[in-house]
Amino acid sequence: MAEAARTLAMGQDEATGTRATVDAPFGQALRTLGATRPDIVGLTADLGKYTDILPFRDAYPDRFFNVGMAEQNLVAIAAGLAQTGYTPFATTYGVFASRRAYDYVAIAVAHARQNVKIVAGLPGLTTGYGGTHQAIEDLALMRMTPGLVVIDPCDATDIAAATIAAAEYDGPVYMRLLRGKVPVVLDPVTHRFEIGKAHQLRTGADVGIIATGFMTERALDAATALAARGIHAGVLHVPTIKPFDADAVAAFAASVDRVVTAENHVVRGGLASLVAETLFNAGIVRPLARIGLPDRFIECGAVPTLQKRYAITTADIIAAAEGRPMA
Amino acid sequence: MALRNHPPGPPDLQAIRAHATNMRRHILLMAEGPGQGYVGQGLGIADALAALYFHELRYDPADLEAEERDRFLLSTGHYSIALWAALAEAGIIPLSELSTYGADDSRLDMSTIDTTPGVEIIGGSLGHGLGQGVGMALGLRLKGSTARVFVELSDGEMQEGATWEAAMSAGHFHLDNLVALIDCNGIQADGPVVLDMEPVADKWRAFGFATQEIDGNDLAAVLRALEQARATDGRPHAIILRTLPGKGVPTLEKREKAHFVRVDAGEWQALRAELEREAETFHG
Repeated sequence: MAEAARTLAMGQDEATGTRATVDAPFGQALRTLGATRPDIVGLTADLGKYTDILPFRDAYPDRFFNVGMAEQNLVAIAAGLAQTGYTPFATTYGVFASRRAYDYVAIAVAHARQNVKIVAGLPGLTTGYGGTHQAIEDLALMRMTPGLVVIDPCDATDIAAATIAAAEYDGPVYMRLLRGKVPVVLDPVTHRFEIGKAHQLRTGADVGIIATGFMTERALDAATALAARGIHAGVLHVPTIKPFDADAVAAFAASVDRVVTAENHVVRGGLASLVAETLFNAGIVRPLARIGLPDRFIECGAVPTLQKRYAITTADIIAAAEGRPMA
Repeated sequence: MALRNHPPGPPDLQAIRAHATNMRRHILLMAEGPGQGYVGQGLGIADALAALYFHELRYDPADLEAEERDRFLLSTGHYSIALWAALAEAGIIPLSELSTYGADDSRLDMSTIDTTPGVEIIGGSLGHGLGQGVGMALGLRLKGSTARVFVELSDGEMQEGATWEAAMSAGHFHLDNLVALIDCNGIQADGPVVLDMEPVADKWRAFGFATQEIDGNDLAAVLRALEQARATDGRPHAIILRTLPGKGVPTLEKREKAHFVRVDAGEWQALRAELEREAETFHG
């Protein structure tokens, strides 16, 4: 009997495939920004090492604050720093930023319109540490919060660009983080990230895959595999969950026979819900298959095992795009 | 523009006391409109706010965003009635606006919102003020500013765990430009304090604060404590204000300790008369 896959300790990389990777793209981008932006300060709640912010700390130790395991205070302090003119990037895990610090994110940051950037590690099923560490519903919580920009980047290119865009944007941002060695899926030379804009990465009229976060990498791989089977799949990458690019989503859906959504998040309240609302509002009727996490807390386990068990792999997108019944 | 109260001179106790009395007049006027409001809390904290706005706090009514201003954060947003009284007395909002307290579309809400002039944070979700004050104190220090941050919070609010997260960090970061003013009036939403927070002073000392405990309705004591809290020895400051809800209006001082003090519609005239009698005793 083959040995079962095991849960890995914290600090694992995001890279799973054969693509080139970039190490700590968020921390690198923030360090670069720090050179010309003395207003940028970094904060973490005892997760500096695990949220890739140490390159910034090492370059600008005076502008870095580790507040200990206290996420409410992390967000409150960030709001206070913003009120004195700084642009704080505060890192923790998505579960803590959303569930534990939510009142602070909602009131001290969003309601008060403070220029705070919350960077949230371990989005969805990127850790095997179980329900306590898997931020499976953070996008839903954050997108319901008035005034927040919500970003779920796809890869190293997206993260670097979104970090710059978040720094340039004057207002509150919640950004999911992919850490460690992060694959390069989007061309860093040609790809442009713009808050609130979706990007069509591939055209194809048979089926349209609308993806966010790292699921866009899988959507592209699925589209390649589908092409070999004679199915033409388009891919729309939607890295900004809020503000949502409803026009692009509606136009894309109208151009295909059926739609598949793909997200590393519960399908209730996340991208699938947004797409369904958008199509309904636009009067577009298409079959809609939803790839994402179920309405339940998820156990501990090896990440590949869990991603397969909860059907967010490339194979699951292919099956949905072919119209095969989902497991 | 010049900042008020800067540089600090000796306090004019009589003048500050007169401001406190005026603020109490404003508070009764405001509360009479809706027939209630947080009049007990407002009257209790009026002396501390008078000491701040008319002696200790550096601000410019003509430039409320002046970078070098001291920040005053009212964490208990429902004490807004006292802040509106102070801001009106300081000339930041017109006296004529006070009667709109709690009315639809008024800027003078029952809980503070940061769009009203002179309000630094959205208070009211208790446990928010001190952490934001820590962030401001860190930011001001990083800028090399000598401005300070004063955060009002309350005894009931200390039950919110984030208060202690903030206290831990203030001590850790040695924020001697931060002053926590803890209003201990003995009441919270369900009535008299439901979870014993004593010994309050020991708790703040243990978290690294230079801590003073005073009668928060003794104006001279408040002024002395604020003067001591100018010390820059690497420790944040805590001033525990033991206050009496309804202070200055004997009927309200004696009334049952309640989050919303009960006032009948026909009582306001008598309460105003009580305030005037008390003020006369004070001012001679």
